[in-house]
Amino acid sequence: MMDISIKTHKGKIAIPRYAIDMVGADERAASFTKRSIKKKSKLDALYCAISMTDLTTLEGADTVEKVRQLCAKAVNPVPPYIQHTLEGAKDLKAIPCVAAVCVYPNMVPIAAECLEGTGIEIAAVATAFPSGQFPLNLKLKDVDKTINYGATEIDMVISRGEFLEGKYQKVFNEIAAVKEVCKGRAHLKVILETGELKTYDNVRMASWLAMEAGADFIKTSTGKVSPAATMPVTLVMLQAIADYYRLKGKKIGMKPAGGIRTAKQAVHYLVMVNEVLGEDWLTKDLFRFGASSLLDDLLRQIFKQATGQYFDTDMFSI
Amino acid sequence: MAKKNKKTQKNKSKKTQPKKGFHFEYDEALESTAVVKLKKKYGLFIGGEFKASKSGKTFKTENPATGEKLAELALADKKDVDSAVQAAKKAFKAWSELSGKERGKYLFRIARLIQERSREFAVLETLDGGKPIKESRDVDIPLAANHFFYYAGWADKLDYAFPGKKIKPVGVCGQIIPWNFPLLMAAWKLAPALAAGNTVVLKPAEQTSLTALLLAEVIQEAELPKGVVNIITGEGKTGAALVDHPDVKKIAFTGSTDIGKTIAKAIAGSDKKLTLELGGKSANIIFEDAAIDQAVEGIVNGIFFNQGHVCCAGSRVLVQESIKDEVIAKLKKRMSTLRVGNPLDKNTDVGAINSKEQLEKINSLVAIGKKEGGRFHEVDCALPKKGYYCKPCFFEGQTPASTLSRVEVFGPVLSIMTFRTPDEAVKIANDSNYGLAAGIWSEKSSKIHKIASELKAGVIWGNTYNKFDPAAPFGGYKESGFGREGGLHGLYPYVEVR
Amino acid sequence: MENQSLKINKTIKLYIGGQFPRTESGRSFVHKIKGTNKPYANVCQSSRKDFRNAVEAAKGAQTAWEKRAAFNRSQILYRVAEMIEGKKEEFIDLFKTTMGMTKTQATNAVELGRDAFVYYAGFCDKFQQVIGSINCVSGPFHNFSSPTAMGVVTLVESDEFDFQNLCASLAAIIASGNTVVAILGQSCPSVLAPLAEVLATSDLPGGVVNLLTGNIEELYAVIGGHREVQSVNFQFGSKEMLRTIKESGASNMKRIVSAKKPALCLERITDHVEIKSVWHPIGV
Repeated sequence: MMDISIKTHKGKIAIPRYAIDMVGADERAASFTKRSIKKKSKLDALYCAISMTDLTTLEGADTVEKVRQLCAKAVNPVPPYIQHTLEGAKDLKAIPCVAAVCVYPNMVPIAAECLEGTGIEIAAVATAFPSGQFPLNLKLKDVDKTINYGATEIDMVISRGEFLEGKYQKVFNEIAAVKEVCKGRAHLKVILETGELKTYDNVRMASWLAMEAGADFIKTSTGKVSPAATMPVTLVMLQAIADYYRLKGKKIGMKPAGGIRTAKQAVHYLVMVNEVLGEDWLTKDLFRFGASSLLDDLLRQIFKQATGQYFDTDMFSI
Repeated sequence: MAKKNKKTQKNKSKKTQPKKGFHFEYDEALESTAVVKLKKKYGLFIGGEFKASKSGKTFKTENPATGEKLAELALADKKDVDSAVQAAKKAFKAWSELSGKERGKYLFRIARLIQERSREFAVLETLDGGKPIKESRDVDIPLAANHFFYYAGWADKLDYAFPGKKIKPVGVCGQIIPWNFPLLMAAWKLAPALAAGNTVVLKPAEQTSLTALLLAEVIQEAELPKGVVNIITGEGKTGAALVDHPDVKKIAFTGSTDIGKTIAKAIAGSDKKLTLELGGKSANIIFEDAAIDQAVEGIVNGIFFNQGHVCCAGSRVLVQESIKDEVIAKLKKRMSTLRVGNPLDKNTDVGAINSKEQLEKINSLVAIGKKEGGRFHEVDCALPKKGYYCKPCFFEGQTPASTLSRVEVFGPVLSIMTFRTPDEAVKIANDSNYGLAAGIWSEKSSKIHKIASELKAGVIWGNTYNKFDPAAPFGGYKESGFGREGGLHGLYPYVEVR
Repeated sequence: MENQSLKINKTIKLYIGGQFPRTESGRSFVHKIKGTNKPYANVCQSSRKDFRNAVEAAKGAQTAWEKRAAFNRSQILYRVAEMIEGKKEEFIDLFKTTMGMTKTQATNAVELGRDAFVYYAGFCDKFQQVIGSINCVSGPFHNFSSPTAMGVVTLVESDEFDFQNLCASLAAIIASGNTVVAILGQSCPSVLAPLAEVLATSDLPGGVVNLLTGNIEELYAVIGGHREVQSVNFQFGSKEMLRTIKESGASNMKRIVSAKKPALCLERITDHVEIKSVWHPIGV
């Protein structure tokens, strides 16, 4: 298969069609789940995972109060009333806050108000999330308005329909245009919606297209399509990031989103990042989890490590 | 307090988050050895009972991960071999005349019992042989159980395996197995032999006899008729006595090509049937249209699985020149994540070398490779102070004439060569005395099938490597031996067709 | 005497690589009529070098022969049978004259030999389906096993001449894509001439079948040690020779068979094939 040629303002570039063997990628992804992460290394990973979480609510039913509650949890993941249980526990450090809160554009002003001064990023989904089936000028307005509302990170969706039609240039142009709007104002995460791209070959090519078009992060899913993030899809994207760094010298971030609900899963993802990209990527600047219920399980596992008791997840809920 | 904490969180939030990536060092995750009850002394399993050797002689078996002694094993000599063969001979009539259905049920029992005691088998395999617990747990033991399951089902369907033919079992089979996959090789040998109605004297390798002896316990527990399976421990001489025994009608051997040839010569004057699974120097061919990341996994799995103690190890990588640099860069990076060390650690990828002798052999071949001037790369890692370990490594810029491209190392040592065209790849790949296995990596399946048809090797892995299954016949061309194990074809050596 | 034309005696040459060379050794022996001392013809007494040349020819022809479509091999084997039919009278004459057969016996022998080629012609593209398999492995892999040729096979014929057995042996060996060097027995070495002429005119590529005559006592010791030979079909019956071949054959792990088999059976083919198992992932 021929590489895809894309016109940019700097001239033509090639998007390689880089083959992925599905069975091999699945096997390799599964191998990370065989790692046995115990004791201090587990605790470290759990802390790290919290600090990398984009705590997310993306519902039509989201309200101001719901977002306020979410922000409170983002700042202070452990409810104050049980913090005493951790006192004196071995190896226990202060629980970090999450990396970002991720909401719809309308909710950005609320989040911005709640999170002011906390260092927590305000991520917003834009560009006609989740379908992306809007005209480009509206998408760009969406992004611009959202940044004006106070978003520091934009999670855009690519046009999967156009990608599957083979209109790669159009997909590229859209990402590049969104990037122009974001430049100097907000970080850009590009959602590939891998559950709709279906094949790993597509995921790999879309990853490359997004990185070339200016993505700071590439992200698996909107959370509205099943399957959302999976280990093998994330592996394929991580390997694309590794190659991009090897060839272009630029570090791109990764965000699996949707479907990661347990601490065990999160640790598996971190093992995978560690072994595919190395510890440089084990920072919120380059890796995020897009999740809502994950945080509670991470806390539960930390409390288990610290106190020897399993806590009810209800104890951490919003 | 809550308030105070909240404030701290707010102010310190940046501080508590790692600015740079955090150093993710996995803590040791040791598999417990409590499940294994080691005895001080182990006897020979003859006629359904454990007994001391007639001479009273013993030898020791050690844990290669530490160099410490694990147990004393009875050393079988000619007389012990004879009593084992006599026991097998005595059991033959009843066993071969038992209905296939009943024979199959015994094999099903054995399979189930292995599954039920799988953790014990896995830990013991790792203790005695040095292989990572991850592999004994996920590969060796499940595959061994599966092999018994597979052939159990054949026992009452032999008429379908040989349609239109009259068949009968061969008689007493002498089976000699190696130290790299001790229980799995025992299963490969025993299951088809028993399914077809033969009785067996099995000799495990002297370095790794313990799981075979645990299997003997399982066989007792399964109430297999006495003498159908006899397991005798000992050294080379024990094996030679078994090969030479006049009442043994068939020899099945897995091990080195040198010993295979010795056996073939030893029985040249007899009518004994023979199957041999011997060495290899298998080519793992990476084409430029391969899925490179998966191919790199295939290289790693091909040569570092079980410390490279694999007869079909992909010990020669042939990489197309146009992608050599990328493949080698990725291979180095991937190798840097290999965890070498205590085989009982669940995170260990490369365990201990099976014995001191084997480590010395590997080291001497690596020294030859260095002397011949190959570009050498090894994983930068610390090795345990005790026990026998070898850093995974490769030689780049090798030629088909390089010693390491021709001689089987049986260790984590890879020889890398380049090729320009598919024809050249086939030529280099076939340029070997061996012909056990090969890997082909290309996303163009028509290419895979063409290359597969031209390679002189018994097992071809397209876009994968080191896959085993009881249903898939395994065995080599040329000096890698003859006969197949696994699948329908694995029955052929254990029957006389009329 | 003048009107009686002098008979031209036929010298039986060897058949190597599709050519009819004399032995390089410049030696011959006399094929005597069975049960008598009467000479029938002078036959080449092959040397070890002739054997090596024949192996070279067989080796050179093997890959291309194996790569031919099985259907094409089948057509060629059937063509051999047609050519035997065409030379039927010559074979009958030979068997009658040299082997003391009656016309009925001789006719029967030729027909059985001819039919052996027909039988194995039909097997060329079928034995794979009989002994090949699709292996249902656990995991997303397509896995199949199929028989492939071993390479060069040396056939050592028995001294008890049996035309059907000779034809069956040759046909079964080459049906799967092997090539063969056959050392004919001493009871009817002159069969080489009509048989080689049949083979040479039946679209069979040169080198696929090579026929030698000579004294096995001189030759057997080099068979095992020749590394271009992958397999031996030893029908001569001497246990000592077989032992020597097996011992020296261990040098390259030759596949050596010696058991008697019915003329027409699958096992004659499976004796000289290797099973190859191929794995391929199933994915998108």
